[in-house]
Amino acid sequence: MKILCLIRQVPDAEAKVKAANGKIDLEGATMALDGMDEYGVEQALRINEGGVNTVAVALGNARFEDAIRRSLAMGLERAVHIETDMLLDVVSQAQILKSVVLEEAPDVVFVGGQHADTDSQALGAALAEALGWNQVTWTTILGFEDGRIQATHDTDDGKESLELALPAVITTQQGLNEPRYPTLPNIMKAKKKEIRKTTPDAYGISNSKVKVVSQEIQERPRLNKIIDGKDPVAAAEQLIKLLHEEAKVI
Amino acid sequence: MILVVCEFDAKLKKSALEVLGAAQRLGDDVTAVLLGTGASAVAAEAAQYAAQVLVCEDTLLEGAKNLAHAVADLAEQAEANTVLLAASRAGREIAPRVAVRLDAPYLEDAIALTPVAGGLQIQHYAYLARVTETLEAIADVVVVSVKPNTQAVVQANASAGEVFDVELELSPSGVTVLGRTVEKSARVALTEASVVVTGGRGLGSPENFALIESLADVLGAGVGATRAAVDAGWRPYGEQVGQTGKTVQPNAYIAIGVSGAVQHLSGMGKSKNIIAINKDAEAPIFKVADYGIVGDLHAIMPALIEAAKKLHD
Repeated sequence: MKILCLIRQVPDAEAKVKAANGKIDLEGATMALDGMDEYGVEQALRINEGGVNTVAVALGNARFEDAIRRSLAMGLERAVHIETDMLLDVVSQAQILKSVVLEEAPDVVFVGGQHADTDSQALGAALAEALGWNQVTWTTILGFEDGRIQATHDTDDGKESLELALPAVITTQQGLNEPRYPTLPNIMKAKKKEIRKTTPDAYGISNSKVKVVSQEIQERPRLNKIIDGKDPVAAAEQLIKLLHEEAKVI
Repeated sequence: MILVVCEFDAKLKKSALEVLGAAQRLGDDVTAVLLGTGASAVAAEAAQYAAQVLVCEDTLLEGAKNLAHAVADLAEQAEANTVLLAASRAGREIAPRVAVRLDAPYLEDAIALTPVAGGLQIQHYAYLARVTETLEAIADVVVVSVKPNTQAVVQANASAGEVFDVELELSPSGVTVLGRTVEKSARVALTEASVVVTGGRGLGSPENFALIESLADVLGAGVGATRAAVDAGWRPYGEQVGQTGKTVQPNAYIAIGVSGAVQHLSGMGKSKNIIAINKDAEAPIFKVADYGIVGDLHAIMPALIEAAKKLHD
């Protein structure tokens, strides 16, 4: 089976996000392969041992190369980097990625279920539509039998098990597997793996349908009234009193 | 014209009333779309809120692909300039497909919508809900998903709208549903509760969730769980709060034995009041807490339940 993993580089989930003049400043931020994408990379490596017939595809700026190297160090075979500083909307991204997917002709495309920068869940579905394929979103169990996919995924009020034909887009999340850490020898090997570079212009896309007007960090000021619980009964009574009389929420 | 895709389940879901509310505030030419089995039964309800109601019960209306094709076709036929859906899981797997089919910009998970000349601005959360972004799309047609629990519900119009049965050209989706499990709680729905009590791994065992449930019962609250507690098999997925679960914004969010990982905070960080009980004074949850107790939850919880009972007696 041929597998394509879409990956993105995002600010590390634990890193503090800074904003200045209505824009997020990522200059000094620690960046990482999106955790949601790692589940897809791991799943690809479990299906195709040794990473045979696996490719990482990334659409983003020059810094994305770190995330690409990370996916190669985990074990993917090679990569395609569509390099751009443009922030493209999801429909434009899907149009570009459709062309790359058709060139690579995989049986399965893995995409992270929600991206940690845009908080978007749209890329998997948008790409599936551009390709005319089916999709499974928020996948927690995945298997293959007789060229068909069997998958279980989370819905709004529970779970659903589906069967569908290949090719398909699968969006991944926590619970699907435990992504591996790259070993030092594999990190060294990844440095020599092929990264093919291309640009969005090659696919006829030169602007975004959606413009970011402003970005702000709106933190609700918190009271931080923390009680010492050495005397549990007194602490509990004090808390209930605060919630009833001051916060007026119970 | 604003086309609103309404989710229903014997009657219109609350999310549908909210999306219709958002549509009503954007303009008065609203068309509601009801797709799938049971659609006709909610048509009269939807007609209170929309000038037109389009109904289709085609049995092929299953799965994201076919639902998206139906919505895109109806949007084109009706010459809609805005297509609104709920940013539920279901809505968020359909909406991007509709946008691709219409070659339209997609604005996702909007918490506020503002018309601008030739298009629309929205606000939404980004960077694991740590940042509020304003996005703008200038286009003939814009597809928007609307975050649940952020919009006032729709008001009934003076006169009921017209209901039309529509026919769609669909082919089998190629996806077979093998099974579904619906997790329903007897308590108030998590996303609609004004007080939520959530337990994390700090509870130590699934049995200790009885403490969470007791407190929730006394307060009339919803019960939530962290990803860690759900992954451990202690609680059903339907109770999960966070990046990969539900997003809640109650008046009071009471986190018991919850450390406060970024992924969890992204699902509850907008709560009006956050209350934390944890033995670790350094736990990140205290940084976002309005009120809290540092101490042993096994000693504090029974006392808290007692104190809450006394208040309600």
